[in-house]
Amino acid sequence: MPNHATIERSLSLLSMLALLVISIGGLVEIVPLFRIETTVEKVAGMRPYSPLEQMGRNIYTREGCYLCHSQQIRPFRDEVDRYGHYSIAAESMYDHPFLWGSKRTGPDLARVGLKYSNAWHLAHLEDPRSVVPVSIMPAYAELKNRDLDLTSIPDHLTALRKVGVPYTDTQIKTAIDDAKAQASGVDTDGLLARYPKARLGDFDGQPNRVTEMDALIAYLQVLGTLVDFRDARLDPGAK
Amino acid sequence: MAQRERDALTGRLTTGHEWDGIKELSTPIPTWWITTFLISIMVALIYLWLMPSFATTKSLEPGLLGWSSSGELREDQAIAAAAQAPWRQRLMAVPLEEVTKDEELRRFVQAGGRALFNENCAPCHGVGGGGQQGQFPALLDDDWLWGGKPADIVQTVRHGIRNEDADSRQSAMPVFGDSLSKEQIGNVADYVLTLADKSKADSRAALPGAALFKDNCAGCHGENGEGGRDFGAPRLNDAIWLYGGSRDAIIHQITSPRMGSMPSFASRLNEESLRMLALYVHGLGGGE
Repeated sequence: MPNHATIERSLSLLSMLALLVISIGGLVEIVPLFRIETTVEKVAGMRPYSPLEQMGRNIYTREGCYLCHSQQIRPFRDEVDRYGHYSIAAESMYDHPFLWGSKRTGPDLARVGLKYSNAWHLAHLEDPRSVVPVSIMPAYAELKNRDLDLTSIPDHLTALRKVGVPYTDTQIKTAIDDAKAQASGVDTDGLLARYPKARLGDFDGQPNRVTEMDALIAYLQVLGTLVDFRDARLDPGAK
Repeated sequence: MAQRERDALTGRLTTGHEWDGIKELSTPIPTWWITTFLISIMVALIYLWLMPSFATTKSLEPGLLGWSSSGELREDQAIAAAAQAPWRQRLMAVPLEEVTKDEELRRFVQAGGRALFNENCAPCHGVGGGGQQGQFPALLDDDWLWGGKPADIVQTVRHGIRNEDADSRQSAMPVFGDSLSKEQIGNVADYVLTLADKSKADSRAALPGAALFKDNCAGCHGENGEGGRDFGAPRLNDAIWLYGGSRDAIIHQITSPRMGSMPSFASRLNEESLRMLALYVHGLGGGE
């Protein structure tokens, strides 16, 4: 192969051609990223997590819930029959990082919101076997004794805004009050205007405290409930 | 640069490179390998052409076969729906109360209802409907909070209890800790404890809690504690206690009541599933 030998023996020709080949590969991979936001179809109902939900999500991540629970319903009949409509991209658009998971030791949680009552979640997190005798999940009773770090909430929201979650200045300013309102169910008009469908109430049975248990249950109760799948436009093939 | 020469042992050309007398053979890539490689590239191109592979900024090109994972799901669902259709039609063709008179249909409802129950209800009410003492009501006894007829159960499952569904069953027990003294609450608890005991039917009227019960509790729970299903007010004159039957537990419930909440299943379960589920629960033992 004389041509190959020619290229190999000329340092400048080899460099230029190598650069050309790498550029093609690079462009093919990088250019689509400039339009990444167009790949997620906007869906009515999706909103950023409320401050309490976001803090619950942080606890979910911290405790490693995603190691045993996926949050991704695949478009297979058995999964759709059991868990509900398959997950769509927009439902993870405010997740940083997403918590799809890759293993189901426990059930999928993508649509666990409103499937059980708050009291059930509390009983289950305190002692899983009290409600599901065959469960092998560890108990998370300690969360009920840990006060939620309210002061860090605005920083979390600000950081999320930097990676593209559209929190407004107002939302960041009212974040701590919103978290308190959601965990008490009192004075919630502003909260519900900013975060429609937020679940309200004293989740952990301790009305005077905002604990990590409150945050985690608030997060679990909103999972998969924001999009109304009775809206036929969500299913382009089902005309 | 050394000369390309033919290696005496293998009969192949060398590359012409030489290091300290060691020469490198120029062994071409085997033809079978090159062929497989080219075929793979062609297969990949054909795959790109048949399957959804290219996106514009507006949409995803569907590919020649028009395959999509959601489309495949719809086909699977259609096949399953067609297989289930005769049963589902039979199930919906008769009035709810008469479904279980048909033995075949009864077995269908039992099997389908059990699967639905274990997935949706068992986490709270227990596999088999045994409930959770002090937390979630048992479903296999004849003590119903909101009614034990199949239609009542359908309504309860469809809209739930004390949740955000506008049609959910609603009621709230007042916080009597705000309006009654500790002594009064103790008296009411003592009176409630006699309700189940028939031998005290005459003597209980003389108890100090009798008048208080009549004024504060009888409106929902009934004059004799027989319960009030319009309000989901539990029967008090039996031995079944949702939140405990000790004097302390009753005092606690009167002082700051706990009230259960059940989710709405309207968006999760279709009409046939609701029927199967309700009839399964109805058949657990206590159906009316």
